[in-house]
Amino acid sequence: MTDITTEKARIGAPSAKPFINGFTEEGESLSPLNARESKAPLAGEAVKRHSHGGGVGIPDSSRAGRLTSYKLADFKPLTGMEEDWRFTPLKRLRGLHTEVLNGTAPSVSVTAPDSVTVETVGREDRRIGSAAIPEDRVSANAWENFTEATVITVPAEVQVDGEVSVLLTGQGTAASAQHVVIVAERFSKSVVVLDHQGTAVVAENVEILVEDGAQLTVISLQEWNDDAVHASSQQVKLGRDAKFKHIVVSLGGDLVRVTPSARFTAPGAEVELFGLYFADAGQHLEQRLFVDHAVANCKSNVLYKGALQGRNAHTVWVGDVLIRKEAEGTDTYEANRNLVLTDGARADSVPNLEIETGLIAGAGHASATGRFDDQHLFYLMARGIPEEVARRLVVRGFLNEIIQQIKVPAIEERLTAAVERELAATNH
Amino acid sequence: MSTLEIKDLHVSIDTEQGTKEILKGVSLTIRTGETHAIMGPNGSGKSTLASTIAGHPRYNVTSGTITLDGEDVLAMSVDERARAGLFLAMQYPVEVPGVSMTNFLRTAKTAIDGEAPKLRTWTKDVKAAMAQLRIDADFTQRNVNEGFSGGEKKRVEILQLELFKPKFAILDETDSGLDVDALKVVSEGVNRAHAEGKMGTLLITHYTRILRYIKPEFVHVFVDGQVVEEGGPELADRLEEEGYDRYATGAGAATIAAASAAAQA
Repeated sequence: MTDITTEKARIGAPSAKPFINGFTEEGESLSPLNARESKAPLAGEAVKRHSHGGGVGIPDSSRAGRLTSYKLADFKPLTGMEEDWRFTPLKRLRGLHTEVLNGTAPSVSVTAPDSVTVETVGREDRRIGSAAIPEDRVSANAWENFTEATVITVPAEVQVDGEVSVLLTGQGTAASAQHVVIVAERFSKSVVVLDHQGTAVVAENVEILVEDGAQLTVISLQEWNDDAVHASSQQVKLGRDAKFKHIVVSLGGDLVRVTPSARFTAPGAEVELFGLYFADAGQHLEQRLFVDHAVANCKSNVLYKGALQGRNAHTVWVGDVLIRKEAEGTDTYEANRNLVLTDGARADSVPNLEIETGLIAGAGHASATGRFDDQHLFYLMARGIPEEVARRLVVRGFLNEIIQQIKVPAIEERLTAAVERELAATNH
Repeated sequence: MSTLEIKDLHVSIDTEQGTKEILKGVSLTIRTGETHAIMGPNGSGKSTLASTIAGHPRYNVTSGTITLDGEDVLAMSVDERARAGLFLAMQYPVEVPGVSMTNFLRTAKTAIDGEAPKLRTWTKDVKAAMAQLRIDADFTQRNVNEGFSGGEKKRVEILQLELFKPKFAILDETDSGLDVDALKVVSEGVNRAHAEGKMGTLLITHYTRILRYIKPEFVHVFVDGQVVEEGGPELADRLEEEGYDRYATGAGAATIAAASAAAQA
């Protein structure tokens, strides 16, 4: 029976009205702030309406039902049983979900062409909250605790030569909060690189606004030291005919959890979400993405690829794609591929596709987790190639599909070298 | 002059039903410049012999030896065997996603020769060899065997044979699944490699068709994991006319005899 109910909820069956306004079976889903900011699809209406659909006795059964709020108090303390935290080892979050995040945030240093505006602003800046709303407790904690934000603005119709480079350097293990806002004004074209390095325990919110007709690529690199803990909510809001490409690369850190969300607000927009991760012994690398097709005729394409090696290397990929009733003509595809190189590693992969209208151009999802294939190895070795070289050839080839999406030669080279270093690591 | 010598080779595989012996005492000697054809019905162990020489982990050698100029091949890893000069053209070449042909060929050539080939001559050699095998130039940009048709895969195997210049080439049913044109192209490639006079060839085939283009000096007939008959090219002609039926009866009788012996024991 559970199956049938789940299915119903997923297809978005008409649901009962709540007994009390603002309450669902999941609890209070509308904070006053939520209600005030209540404009779809960031918050309010959409969330409210659909949360009932998701609440047919199955909390969180629809991604649309997920609580969103700027207030930490709206999120219950985490137990680890929550759908969106069930894979995360909470003990290793080092207080990001429980502590006041008043440690020194990673320092921010931006290198950008003159045409780009870079500002450091306070909490009251009007652009704060323009593209994102926390979707989980850690993100809300960061929102409540950040003291200043970096705002990067690519002015309208400006085509930026070269990339905007944002270096975020960790300042130690005191739990901290970070906030970055990227605004690509209409018809601009640019590439922004968020380069996370050093040691940090940080919860981060990255708000990305891609206005009408703008094209933006955001590359988020997590090359932290081994002891870093990083939870990053990266949310993008797209205008009409906007194009956004997102590339998440997680290599370093003890626990890295990146949660990208893309929301369409007008037709004709496209997102491409790419990811690459390489987990070594003991590392936990998690990525949970959400694509919210709330309007008609938008496109999304998702591909995440991961490699794992060593004892207790753990990767998690959850891809939630929601095609709402209004989103006719949607074209979407999401895929995750994992390559497990040694025993003792674990890859969790969960593609979720919810479709509330049949009038779409296409929707697909795929997930495959494979061991390093003995047949590949035999073929290459039978041509004289030693095992280690063969292994490297295959992994490099496997991950290169993502690296070549970056199209910033210096970063491509750096990541290729980083992948080589991962492979050379002796922990397998 | 090199010699590949196989002596009283017994090979088994692990199946769900337990260990199964596939090769039951095979002996064979091949020298540089010679072409040997191994023919036999399906399931007779021809391909097992090929894979065992190459060192496929699925096959366990329970007794017997394989030596290359006196060196113990069975003690070598798969890549060491290739570097020692053994080349297996596979029946089912594997697709290796993410690895481009260019990268693969250069990496393999470097491993086999112990030094990187000179880029200019190498590129020229690859181009020329591809043209002769009628492989499109854009194949170098594609991933190893990925999306290649059956015939293209076989041609790419022979391309490697010509580029890597092994001491011994083992062709595992390279002819199967090829149309006449492709068969000719592939055979010409093998003959070119052979004509350089530094290679011995072990041609494994189910059909006699390829023997119209590649002429063996020695023909060995494989049935049930053993060589049941050996001879010159005339033996191949006879097989073309009569097929494998006359061996099948013998093998069947032997199996029945063995079974009844087991029942009595």
